[in-house]
Amino acid sequence: MKRQVLRAAVLVVSLALWEGAVRALRVPAFILPPPSQVLLALQRGAASNIYLPHLWVTLLETLLGFASGSLLAFLLGTGLAASRTAEYFFYPYIVMFQSMPKVALAPLIVVWFGLGLTSKVVSAALVAFFPLLVNTIAGLRSADEDRVNLMKSLAASELQIFWMLRLPSALPFIMAGLEVAMVFALVGAIVAEFVGAEAGLGMLIQSRNFSMDVAGEFAVLFILSLMGLLLNWGLVSIRRRVLFWDPSEKAGPLAGEIP
Amino acid sequence: MAREVIAVRGVACEYATPRGNVPALEAIDLTVAEGEFVAVVGPSGCGKSTLLKILAGLLPTTRGEVRLRDVPVTGPRRDIGVVFQSPVLFPWRTVLDNVLLPVDVQRLGRAANLRRALDLLALVGLSGFEERYPWELSGGMQQRVAITRALIHNPAMLLMDEPFAALDAMTRESMNLELQRIWLERRETVLFITHSIPEAVFLADRVFVMTARPGRILEEVAVRIPRPRALEATAAAEFGALVQRIRGHFSPRAGS
Repeated sequence: MKRQVLRAAVLVVSLALWEGAVRALRVPAFILPPPSQVLLALQRGAASNIYLPHLWVTLLETLLGFASGSLLAFLLGTGLAASRTAEYFFYPYIVMFQSMPKVALAPLIVVWFGLGLTSKVVSAALVAFFPLLVNTIAGLRSADEDRVNLMKSLAASELQIFWMLRLPSALPFIMAGLEVAMVFALVGAIVAEFVGAEAGLGMLIQSRNFSMDVAGEFAVLFILSLMGLLLNWGLVSIRRRVLFWDPSEKAGPLAGEIP
Repeated sequence: MAREVIAVRGVACEYATPRGNVPALEAIDLTVAEGEFVAVVGPSGCGKSTLLKILAGLLPTTRGEVRLRDVPVTGPRRDIGVVFQSPVLFPWRTVLDNVLLPVDVQRLGRAANLRRALDLLALVGLSGFEERYPWELSGGMQQRVAITRALIHNPAMLLMDEPFAALDAMTRESMNLELQRIWLERRETVLFITHSIPEAVFLADRVFVMTARPGRILEEVAVRIPRPRALEATAAAEFGALVQRIRGHFSPRAGS
């Protein structure tokens, strides 16, 4: 309780310092607007219902990109983890592709897939793909050797070993990969919007930048970080449910429930 | 003479390394009769675990053969229960679900085996813990779950690979008593691998003494101490003499 009050106080004090510094030093609003103006911009935009349609577009792009990129990464990762041969032939290309900055592909993707939703989803999926791919492979390979031997001693089939042992063992890795993938998908969607889009928060940032509405830009940035926070919070609460058995989870708020 | 459950004849095993083949086991011969408790004792690295993996069908032999109920062991089998050094439980399964793992793997039907699982858990003193998770249990309790799991599918033979080695000395003693009690009640055929000589003598009807590099069986020692054996039996002269005799094989003078 006391810590929460303190935390709120830190926020208020920093905002006040920001406001005071900007006013005292007469920083022009198109360089750094004071928080009060950002709040006003937020209020104005909310009143004229500007944000919600853009927010919806970016959220949809991010979620679709996240879902398709993650699904592909999981399937390909499973294939590569299952077969050393497949890994031998394909992994070098994957590493090569991974070390390339994917956002550099965004202009090309917009040329190929147009200004609409598709190019943003493709960009988001591409960026979200790699963290989960790598984690899926590492996770599926992480199954404890003794547990594998136990399953084998029971005459379990490879498929049974996969479903009953390797997949659950991989879940901590996969969940960590998904959390990174979600953040990355948002980056991929915004970058593609920068390159060319009809709607979305990234497009809104750029158009406000052109009209020097820096307070408005800050307002969008605030909404974006709030969105990122909520997406991450959603994933974390799923992880807590799925990974209730993982020792690294027990350090968290679940600790009270475990004797 | 009760019939043989497992027969090991001339089994040898070599590991391939970059510097050539290294023999891990050499000409192992042993049999275990129905309802018999046999221990294999030897120092670390004598190939005890290799032997167990061969018996479980997890490792092929280089020479010789293993027969279980007169059928050659060529791969993993459904009628062997294995207890490893660590409990090897699945943390995402409850105690009951861990016990039922062999039932799930071998599709024996949960409904048909639920009663049996509950009875076995009661036998090892874990009634009331069915819905707990492994990480909520102590090391000794976890190993009891592992023993229950090894018994659930009614295996012809129970293979135990230093199951109590990771436990503290006090828990280990009580687990030895517990295992004897369970064994007296069910008369499973057990092959128990350990590096503790007193543990081997306390539990077994016969003790096979193994030496290292390559693993060979030096002696077979029959233990005729009447059961149930209490912990006090370990202080008796007969017990001490047997332990001393086995220990003689491992003292520095004996080997070189």
